Amino acid sequence: MSDAFVIRGGTIVNPDSQFVADVLVSNGVVADIGAGLTADIVLEADGLFVSSGFVDLHTHLREPGKEEAETIESGSRAAALGGYTAVVAMPNTDPAQDNIDTVRFVRSQGERAGLCDVRPSGCITVGRAGDSLVDFAALASEGVVVFTDDGNGVQNGELMREALARAAALGVTMAQHCEVSSLTTGAVMHDGECCSHLGVPGWPSAAEIEMVRRDIELARHTGGRLHLLHLSTAESVALVRAAKKDGLAITAEATPHHLSLDDTMLKSFDPVFKVNPPLRTQSDIEALREGLRDGTIDAVATDHAPHAGHTKEMALDAAPPGMLGLETALAVVNTAVQLDARRLVEVMSWNPARIAGLDAVHGRPLATGEPANIAVWDLTSVWTVSRENSASRSRNTPYHGMTVRGRVHHTINKGDIVVRDGKAMK
Amino acid sequence: MKHVLDTHDLSVDDIKKILETADHMAEVNRRQVPKVPALKGKTVATLFFEDSTRTRLSFELAARRLSADVVTFLASSSSVNKGESLRDTVETLSAMGVDAFIVRHKSSGAPVQISRWTGASVINAGDGWHQHPTQALLDAYTITREFATPDSLTGRTVAVVGDIKHSRVARSNIDVLTRLGARVVLVAPPALLPNFVGTWPVEIRSSIDDVIDNVDVVYLLRMQTERMESAAIPGLNDYTRRFALTPERARSLQPHALLMHPGPMNRGVEITVDPADVPGSRILQQVANGVSVRMAVLFSLLGGDTLVASGNGADA
Repeated sequence: MSDAFVIRGGTIVNPDSQFVADVLVSNGVVADIGAGLTADIVLEADGLFVSSGFVDLHTHLREPGKEEAETIESGSRAAALGGYTAVVAMPNTDPAQDNIDTVRFVRSQGERAGLCDVRPSGCITVGRAGDSLVDFAALASEGVVVFTDDGNGVQNGELMREALARAAALGVTMAQHCEVSSLTTGAVMHDGECCSHLGVPGWPSAAEIEMVRRDIELARHTGGRLHLLHLSTAESVALVRAAKKDGLAITAEATPHHLSLDDTMLKSFDPVFKVNPPLRTQSDIEALREGLRDGTIDAVATDHAPHAGHTKEMALDAAPPGMLGLETALAVVNTAVQLDARRLVEVMSWNPARIAGLDAVHGRPLATGEPANIAVWDLTSVWTVSRENSASRSRNTPYHGMTVRGRVHHTINKGDIVVRDGKAMK
Repeated sequence: MKHVLDTHDLSVDDIKKILETADHMAEVNRRQVPKVPALKGKTVATLFFEDSTRTRLSFELAARRLSADVVTFLASSSSVNKGESLRDTVETLSAMGVDAFIVRHKSSGAPVQISRWTGASVINAGDGWHQHPTQALLDAYTITREFATPDSLTGRTVAVVGDIKHSRVARSNIDVLTRLGARVVLVAPPALLPNFVGTWPVEIRSSIDDVIDNVDVVYLLRMQTERMESAAIPGLNDYTRRFALTPERARSLQPHALLMHPGPMNRGVEITVDPADVPGSRILQQVANGVSVRMAVLFSLLGGDTLVASGNGADA
């Protein structure tokens, strides 16, 4: 077990209180909280916030299958640098995470890297092909809590209804990528004014809204827990708000990029701004921000999607969708949406930990005896994003050259200092 | 001016200056030896990821008449089909020492991307549904010169008929013609109008009969027959009945009205009259003007300050 250390002088952000204190970490747990604590190793946190580590519900680590874009180790390092102590690994690997062997492999690669807690999601359908359901119970017995075909929406309504019914019985969550694919064939960017002038095939908001609407009704009908991935439209937010008023067991996430960038970024035709769902309009952004403030949106999730450089150097319509997100999430969200520290930790850590079923070890209040999964950060440091500095194997950050506010200083994973002063320790 | 990628990047003054230069080039083209040394020593590469023999020949002829060296890259006979990234292709050719790339690509925005990966000038020779700037310039040249109003199209109405949604020609022309003062009327079935067309500086009509006898220019777009396979678009016969230029409709054109088409024509689809029988047809004049205007664009990007200084007296 690692040496004891003290996080000195930070403001601790807990659900029901904020206070300045030292945190003593020893043997993987918070050993003490108070004033004047000492240890041989000291992490300065004067003027910084100290909270439970962030939890990302939506991370593409690309291993197995696309290791030239990312590995579980490189992605875990990017996560740790972003203050994350747990990530839910998306299942669109090759082979897909629809079987016990692949799920075990992903998890053990995460443990080997030792930078953050890597929790594989499982597919909803075999091979994410949308034809037949995977054995949820078998994967659940391996600790899988979140099931998704992310990248593909489950088109077949009857299949999704059955998946949610089984989710209700097993106590797991179905996370839907909301996209009616018949409306998005060949689509490149948000179907709006900008798209009309640029002459590229449009991606209508209706493609998302229709599946959000359908799945809310299926969740109502089955009682299954439904999580809606990366919402991008104002109408989706309104539908979720109404469903929550009805008391349905629905949760929703928004990405840092859908909270900060609009479709006019595509005027550059730079595929780094191509993402699924696409960047929408300012009014969609405003609706997502409002949803994040009022609790309609439960969590910020990165949809960190590394792509090897050459694949983003194709024509816009040929390039794959997706952008990096782990290392910039805190700063981008803080820059785009004015949230107080408590709400920020709620959407970055406590809520996603609960949605991912990780709330026994992540998203915990900082208190004596709790597991030491901790992030230390501020909301005031101003810095300029550079793709060259990314720990990811890929360089497809849409924020290159942009100035953002807020920074992660230290990250503690299971009592290990994995990031110190903004630098990865391994 | 470094590139010509999108008509929106050109100011009205830029446009007028290019058209004025094209007048000089047209004079060169009327000479016994239609060639000047203006771009001697410059290398122009046509980079065609999508076949378009006419546009490519027009550009190559334009470059040769200015004495540039011309190389041709056709995607069909290259490593592009082996999965080489767009960037690798451009950087490789760039390394051979090219002053200007003339790019045609089936994907909107490809020339814009390419301009970020090379120090050479890039001319967009048509990208996806996005832009075809030299087509718009040669059309503006044709119309302004026919009406002998080189600086303005104020008071003129141009009807653009056909598949607007998927047309780079329409997007470029609407921008250039409206900024020169013309009123542009789009005539198309709803399925062939772009979404959010309400944000465009145009009027919309749903039948060619609404415009045929009251416009100064009828501009027919090529109807891509493969688009008709989409269930959302009316059948070919229906299209021809409502939107084609028939002999009867051609007879109701105003005497001074021009008939234009970017080519190649789909006879029997968007046009059932023989253009040779339409006195106002300027379809071949467009092709001839295309060479002059492309010379003007090449010279504007690669030449010196004036044609006189770098040429041999093309100062007519």
